[in-house]
Amino acid sequence: MQPFTTHTGTAAPLRRSAVDTDQIIPAEYLKRITRTGFEDGLFVAWRRNEPDFVLNQPQYADASILVAGPDFGTGSSREHAVWALMDGGFRAVISSRFADIFKNNSTKAGLLTVVLPQADVEALWAAVEADPATPVTVDLQERRVTYGDTTVAFEVDEYTRWRLLEGLDDVGLTERHLADVQAYEARRSPWLPKALPALPA
Amino acid sequence: MPKTLAEKVYDAHVVRSAEGEPDLLYIDLHLVHEVTSPQAFDGLRAAGRTVRRPDLTMATEDHNVPTLDILAPIADPVSRAQVEALRTNAAEFGIRLAPMGDRDQGIVHVIGPQLGLTQPGMTIVCGDSHTSTHGAFGALAFGIGTSEVEHVLATQTLPQYRPRQMAVTVEGRLPEGVSAKDVILAVIARIGTNGAAGHVIEYRGSAIEALSMEARMTICNMSIEAGARAGLIAPDQTTFDFLRGRPHAPQGADWDAAVEHWRTLRTDEGAAFDTEVVLDAAELTPFVTWGTNPGQGLPIGESVPDPAAMTDENERRAAEQALAYMGLTPGTPLREIEVDTVFLGSCTNGRIEDLRTAAALLRGKRIDASTRMLVVPGSVGVKLQAEAEGLDRVFTEAGAEWRGAGCSMCLGMNPDQLQPGERSASTSNRNFQGRQGKGGRTHLVSPSVAAATALTGKLTAPADLADVAP
Repeated sequence: MQPFTTHTGTAAPLRRSAVDTDQIIPAEYLKRITRTGFEDGLFVAWRRNEPDFVLNQPQYADASILVAGPDFGTGSSREHAVWALMDGGFRAVISSRFADIFKNNSTKAGLLTVVLPQADVEALWAAVEADPATPVTVDLQERRVTYGDTTVAFEVDEYTRWRLLEGLDDVGLTERHLADVQAYEARRSPWLPKALPALPA
Repeated sequence: MPKTLAEKVYDAHVVRSAEGEPDLLYIDLHLVHEVTSPQAFDGLRAAGRTVRRPDLTMATEDHNVPTLDILAPIADPVSRAQVEALRTNAAEFGIRLAPMGDRDQGIVHVIGPQLGLTQPGMTIVCGDSHTSTHGAFGALAFGIGTSEVEHVLATQTLPQYRPRQMAVTVEGRLPEGVSAKDVILAVIARIGTNGAAGHVIEYRGSAIEALSMEARMTICNMSIEAGARAGLIAPDQTTFDFLRGRPHAPQGADWDAAVEHWRTLRTDEGAAFDTEVVLDAAELTPFVTWGTNPGQGLPIGESVPDPAAMTDENERRAAEQALAYMGLTPGTPLREIEVDTVFLGSCTNGRIEDLRTAAALLRGKRIDASTRMLVVPGSVGVKLQAEAEGLDRVFTEAGAEWRGAGCSMCLGMNPDQLQPGERSASTSNRNFQGRQGKGGRTHLVSPSVAAATALTGKLTAPADLADVAP
């Protein structure tokens, strides 16, 4: 996974709530079997159908921080939503609340999700709408978002922060505990089902 | 200390717990489909890893599957390549696969229970958010992303944080014509599309206890539409009766030992919930959605809401955007909304009981001449059973299309899609923009509302049907 320490870039204000992962990337793009190259599907319906959509505006075309309304990433568990945002140049998403699976997927791929109170989101929207070139810094080391004269602290659990700062993959971390897994397997009930061998109906 | 059902299942699966780290949870069953797994298998190959427990892993083909000409090669080359990738991966890593044409094939959340692989007290995951379906059996079942799919394949475990606990209690008797789908749509409208974030929901109360397993699966299935990590229902005699004799259910003395354990899987007296929601079953009516997320729903007797009357700015903006997309005018009675297509199927409502309910309303009648109805069984097993009961003929004689098993029109990954601007009444789980096809407009409904709507061409409750000539 790509480590995340601190990132400075411009921010796009996405004034929509409950943005579901079908909007971030529609199902037809999920037929691909690769892990990269999803930028063409990112918000594709809104980009095609709504000329005023924020990412169609040239001043936000190079934004690398997305500032979204509450409940970002609801719906489907597709990790492709995270990949599409990263392929589209985003390194962080800020919202007052995220859907659980999206947030979890983000931490696996190295996209930082920052939870800020809605009032702080509104202030950031106003700032980047007034001046789209406003540099915004998302600092995971110091756990703060900074733009202009404003600094807002955010919370992140220490374990997730460490994993993101180091760019660590979970599988390798879990493999350190395989002895515990083996011990657990030895205590499992014998009647728990197995998919193999296939049994006739 | 008294525990909730979800806490009991969670605690029984903790492999390792350490201060300042997520718990490591053992996974009893990993269900796999073609869409969210190819990159995970690639990850295993790149790292030289194997699948730790192929015997606890089961794969099928569902999302990309055409529901016509199912034995012909898939026409779309991208879909075909994805399905072929799953076949290659299943063969290489020694995983059981139910491919198209196999009698065990179907939507992943329909076949798990059908085969008896889904049992009380288990942890079940799948790279699919509707994995919460399996919670109907008292399992802790949740959707995961592709990185986590790879993690489970490699280690049969997942790092997890302890969820918060929510109780949704529904007491009383559901009125005639009101079903599990109406209950869950009402719950989601109450708490919002992400209102249960961070929580596991336990559904309980006399109205829940009275439900069949199929109906319980419908409710647990849509837990994710309220943002919940999982949803579950305590197992009882209804659960045991459903499981007994299924291919992978315990047999003989094992069955007795299993049932004895399963009977302990109940929330203890005095266990604490972080949040509680209470509904009175007698007050519920058929529910339909008017917007573009599952929380935007109302009783069918209501009218399209007016965003101007909404005080919360985010809610108002969301309603305005939804109505613009849906092509609806505030104040229009929901019963006057005309639909082009009715879809009966999906992991929410593609089981035998759903088909029976709809068939009972359609028997001996013809659907509206300008309405198309697709009936898509959730699995080959459901299809064969429906055909044995003659339900396929009821549907086709009413003018509906009887299809092969798959996810079908629930999402735009296979040939069954809405055209731009087309409007559907759909028994599926998501009314997101473009979900059923680019520009398609979806109203989520129960199977009986779907059947009644097919007969009239407008959103219709079964109780309205007295006026329809046979």
